[in-house]
Amino acid sequence: MIPPEFEYTAPESVDEALQALTQGGEDAKLLAGGHSLIPLMKMRLAAPSLLVDMRKLSDLRGIERANGGFRIGALTTHAQVSQASELGVAAHAAGKIADQQVRNRGTIGGSLAHGDSASDMPAVLLAAEGSVVARGPNGEREIAATEFFQDFFETALADDEMITEVRLPAMDGWKFAYEKFTRRAEDWAMVGVCAMVRGDFEDVRVAFTNMGGTPIRASAVEEALRGQGRGAIEQAAQAAAEGTDPPGDLNATADYKRHLARVLTRRALEKAAAA
Amino acid sequence: MSTVEAGPTGNGYVGQAIRRKEDPPLITGKGRYTDDIVLPGQLWAAIIRSPEAHARIVSIDKSAAEARDDVRIVLTGEDMTDLQAPLPMAWVPPGVEIKTPEHWPLARGKVCHVGDAVAVVVADDKYAAVDAAEDVIVEYDPLPAVVDVEEAMKDGSPLVHEQFGTNITHEWGLGSEDVEEALAAADVVVERRVVNHRTAGAAIEPRAVAADYRAGQLTLYTATQIPHLVRLQLAGCLGIAEEHFRVVAPDVGGGFGSKLNVYGEECLMAYLSRRLETPVRWTATRSEDMQAAVHGRDQVDYARMGMKRDGTIVALHAKLIADLGAYQQLLTPFIPSFGAFVMSGCYKIPSVRTDIVGVFTNKFPTDAIRGAGRPEATHLIEVMVDQAAAELGLDPVEVRRKNFIPKEDFPADVAPGVTYDSGDYHGSLDRLLGTLDYEGFRAEQARAREEGRYLGIGFSTYMEICGLAPSRAVGPSGVGIQAGFWESAVVRVHPSGGATVWTGTSPHGQGHDTGFAQIVADRIGSTPEQVEVIHGDTDRGPFGMGTYGSRSLAVGGESVARAALKVADKAKKIAAHLLEAAPDDIELRDGRYQVKGSPDKGLTLADISLAAYVPENIPDGMEPGLDETNFYDPENFVFPFGAHAAIVEVDAETGKVDLKRYVCVDDCGPAINPMLIDGQVHGGIVHGVAQAMYEQVVYDDTGQLVTGTFVDYALPTAAEMPTFETDRTETPSPVNSMGVKGVGEAGTIAASPTIVNAVTDALRPLGVNHIDMPVTPLRVWQAIEAAQGRGSGPRASEQGVPEGGAQ
Amino acid sequence: MSSTVGVRISVNGEVREHEVEPRLLLVHYLRDRLGLTGTHVGCDTTNCGACTVHLNGEAVKSCTVFAVQADGAEVTTIEGMADGAELHPLQEAFWKNHGLQCGYCTPGMIMAAADLLQRNPDPSESEVRHGLEGNLCRCTGYQNIVRAVMEAAHSPQRTTVGPPPPEKPEAREEVGKGVGA
Ligand SMILES: Cc1cc2nc3c(=O)[nH]c(=O)nc-3n(C[C@H](O)[C@H](O)[C@H](O)COP(=O)(O)OP(=O)(O)OC[C@H]3O[C@@H](n4cnc5c(N)ncnc54)[C@H](O)[C@@H]3O)c2cc1C
Ligand code: FES
Ligand code: FES
Repeated sequence: MIPPEFEYTAPESVDEALQALTQGGEDAKLLAGGHSLIPLMKMRLAAPSLLVDMRKLSDLRGIERANGGFRIGALTTHAQVSQASELGVAAHAAGKIADQQVRNRGTIGGSLAHGDSASDMPAVLLAAEGSVVARGPNGEREIAATEFFQDFFETALADDEMITEVRLPAMDGWKFAYEKFTRRAEDWAMVGVCAMVRGDFEDVRVAFTNMGGTPIRASAVEEALRGQGRGAIEQAAQAAAEGTDPPGDLNATADYKRHLARVLTRRALEKAAAA
Repeated sequence: MSTVEAGPTGNGYVGQAIRRKEDPPLITGKGRYTDDIVLPGQLWAAIIRSPEAHARIVSIDKSAAEARDDVRIVLTGEDMTDLQAPLPMAWVPPGVEIKTPEHWPLARGKVCHVGDAVAVVVADDKYAAVDAAEDVIVEYDPLPAVVDVEEAMKDGSPLVHEQFGTNITHEWGLGSEDVEEALAAADVVVERRVVNHRTAGAAIEPRAVAADYRAGQLTLYTATQIPHLVRLQLAGCLGIAEEHFRVVAPDVGGGFGSKLNVYGEECLMAYLSRRLETPVRWTATRSEDMQAAVHGRDQVDYARMGMKRDGTIVALHAKLIADLGAYQQLLTPFIPSFGAFVMSGCYKIPSVRTDIVGVFTNKFPTDAIRGAGRPEATHLIEVMVDQAAAELGLDPVEVRRKNFIPKEDFPADVAPGVTYDSGDYHGSLDRLLGTLDYEGFRAEQARAREEGRYLGIGFSTYMEICGLAPSRAVGPSGVGIQAGFWESAVVRVHPSGGATVWTGTSPHGQGHDTGFAQIVADRIGSTPEQVEVIHGDTDRGPFGMGTYGSRSLAVGGESVARAALKVADKAKKIAAHLLEAAPDDIELRDGRYQVKGSPDKGLTLADISLAAYVPENIPDGMEPGLDETNFYDPENFVFPFGAHAAIVEVDAETGKVDLKRYVCVDDCGPAINPMLIDGQVHGGIVHGVAQAMYEQVVYDDTGQLVTGTFVDYALPTAAEMPTFETDRTETPSPVNSMGVKGVGEAGTIAASPTIVNAVTDALRPLGVNHIDMPVTPLRVWQAIEAAQGRGSGPRASEQGVPEGGAQ
Repeated sequence: MSSTVGVRISVNGEVREHEVEPRLLLVHYLRDRLGLTGTHVGCDTTNCGACTVHLNGEAVKSCTVFAVQADGAEVTTIEGMADGAELHPLQEAFWKNHGLQCGYCTPGMIMAAADLLQRNPDPSESEVRHGLEGNLCRCTGYQNIVRAVMEAAHSPQRTTVGPPPPEKPEAREEVGKGVGA
């Protein structure tokens, strides 16, 4: 398990990094925590010609409260996010990613940029209606979560763009739960459900991990519950799998995943309501 | 628990939970595993493996790899026709022919499983070797593959080896001839198909080999459980005399049977080192280890258990269809037969018969993984006992009790033709029930069911056969394995009084250094600190048979004990001479050889050894030195046993099983070091629980290995396991002087039926009466759905799932 | 070969400087370049944890870090845990409680446990079990490992658990409850 050769640079600033990325051409890649990219390289499933290591971009680390929301630097690790309980469901879900060693390296920016729908943070970003800030040769843009995730390992990010920041609205008044169904604690989600409830079901959000090529909002469930009470959860959760087409794998058939989505949606909503 | 008598000489180290001697280097990062050994001038090999399950090799283009500056050689199977013999298979049962294709380190002409080695690249460093391997272009002409064992038996199935005209390798049977009549006479015959799926040894250290040939002398460092057998067998393959060939097993990072073999890579590295006259090494990646280290289990079993209405078992017939994979490794075809010897379990069953069919498929060969045949047999019996109890409306504990061989019947002859040495099956079950509160649990279970929660309890009362082995029983004219099964030991007291002990066993985590030092210290009047145990190096002691089959203590330890007693005997004679007493009047007390009744007249071992090595004053005619060898061939096997129980809760909505409690009572005879026993039991239980709940080697219908890494081959972590409640009884074996049995495989043998019975118990109210391992959430959910009239249930076997997954 | 890069890494308190290929994995740097073979490799997929070392005071899987990413950082391996002849409390506890058999997973287990105890000096059994979810052991069934970690947590030498704190604490202060606080 030896990665293929590549050229390497570790620029001191975001601008230099973007420049290196552009000059490196389409086979150049950013390296954040490396915990998605390096495993792929070791399996020789990825062979970037140039890696632009972000490790010196210390401006991209840390969490700040600003304008009624949170700005999380792209290089903030899962471990750091998980410790920041003010982030609510994001902190809770980040604590459920893999294991401590992986959480110490993997970053929120890398996790979103990688576009793996089995990852946990994408569903959280979608449920929280957050966004990412991307910088590229043509400047900076903010991309809403709804626009960002496009398909299996495909995002709205251009090859020469970098996520610098992740924005989450402050979810004051929201209660939440993230139900992650796995065989072993350290595993990727077979199905994950992020549920958020404001007040007494004035507003409801539900989003899925690993139920398709992107994280998915369960709008049918949300509509059926909005303005209703806790008693409506059971019924509403039945609609959870509507319109989903999850990929089957060794551990779960598509049918089973849909079933899990219904069960976990109910459980996540009950937990959130009781929180 | 009965108290353990200290060794014959009363120092009392035996029986104590002393800390392991082997730990200080291992906890400080100073261990020496094969991959840690650096050899001057070493080159690295990378192996090109088949991505096809079954194909003809059309061509291999080595030119691009050979053209690289850092590449020294690229070889294919056709370049190595000067090998003297193919890889060995060591079972020749009298009267039965076993189809055994030639199996070479690099495939010749055709590949038969994913991961079959087709070429090797040797380069200056490991990164370069891996790069160069990508440049070797192999063209394959794919052939149809067969992965499901029952499909492979059918006419018209693709043939793994065309020359045989069939995939069936052999048929073999053991036990009562009258089993059909006995079944016909039963009140009820309970029939089940039980799948015991394919697993991997998955030692955390992958296999590794480093060969060093210089000036006609070959040294092979290899992560193995059997260094002497590797030398013997490879000497034949390579055409090197044993006396010029040294095999070293350095620290070995776990084996569980996956390193109990003679592998192509061992042969290949030795061959390359000889050819290039420089050291050549290879360390498996985990993916290679999953593809190309022996797998275990993989049987489809058909059992018929004949019962009287009162729960008496009158007959058992087991037909085992064994998926052997694509080749015969060292003992591939024999493993299911090992199970046949324990097919009577703890029970007095008048008629028991096992019939085995071995079958080739396009998968890696199976062989001896922890338990080797016995877990499969035990799983079958223990699941059948629960199935029969349920069918007759009886309590599974009562059915067990009713059929146990009573304590007074030992030594007990059983239908499969072996004689159980000693046992107290009621004793261990009673002790288990004492801890468990069975009735309390049944009440709690009933309450939980009213709340829609599904709790279950499962039992397994097992016995196993270990202490391999009486050579006459297992060797060429007995069962037919082409080897002896004795063990060797040397106890060498140095002039200064310290001792070095050689054992022919080859431990890899079991703690022999400590346990054997305790045994020797008691017997020669020393301390474990002053007794160093060495092993795993063919140049440092006599031939030895290695570590497997829970044999190390009962055979290897006994040999060590006997060599130690020889030393003590001679020491007594010297002491008597020096103290001017009769040898019979010398006793070993508190580490001193003293004259009975006059404790002031005594000598230490150091005094005596000095006298032995500076032989101015030893008895006339006595040889100098204090150094004794023993070869011990046991007269019978030993038969450990025990009772295990598990309590699970099944989430009926998701199918997820939560193991809430695991209680066990094991009996492996008197404890040498109880701490080591507990450790073996914990590890064994997790291995068995892992098979029952988490782990499975899966090949899809094209023969691709779906579970090729630790992402999909799911070893449980600490987070999934509860704290086990372990306990012991001690029933000595009459077979050896210490009364010891063996415990390395007990947990694994007992655990899988315990879990499956518990899950079945939980699921019965939902209409699920039988479920096969592994009880993954998906399988359990599918079983519940089917019982409720939705869906067709879990797959009969995950072997041959459609390409890409479970749908 | 791609061009090499200079790295300066403080390993177990000693600064080491080497030219390395950028693709050189930290675990191979430690094992093959520095001869620190206590750090092991057990898998290809970042699952087994046998390669766990501390990077700036935090446990990481060194099979999934390039040596160049550790440039300027502090690395602690199992070889750096004992203080001369005095074992680290975790090493002592693993020995005393028979927390190892073949020993192959042990260095990684100890390094992961040290990170756990830094974050949570008084863990419950369940917290220990979950804290070690990134490390696989095939031999012990985990029971004695868990016992060892619990015991080390309550060892009188408690304060010395874990390697020295990172040299430069990076920009972590901004995080609400700083990691490792
Ligand atoms: C054993 C294991 C288990 C795991 N389990 C889980 C799990 O259960 N749940 C889960 O969510 N994740 C899991 N992960 C993934 C882990 O969270 C990764 O760390 C994360 O997905 C990627 O983050 P990274 O910083 O490591 O990204 P990297 O690997 O460095 O990068 C990933 C990709 O994103 C690009 N990239 C990185 N940062 C940026 C940026 N700022 N802007 C633009 N592009 C960027 C890179 O070029 C690369 O293509 C697991 C990983 C491992 C190794
Ligand atoms: S070798 Fe690093 S996690 Fe397995
Ligand atoms: S002690 Fe062998 S893998 Fe843990």
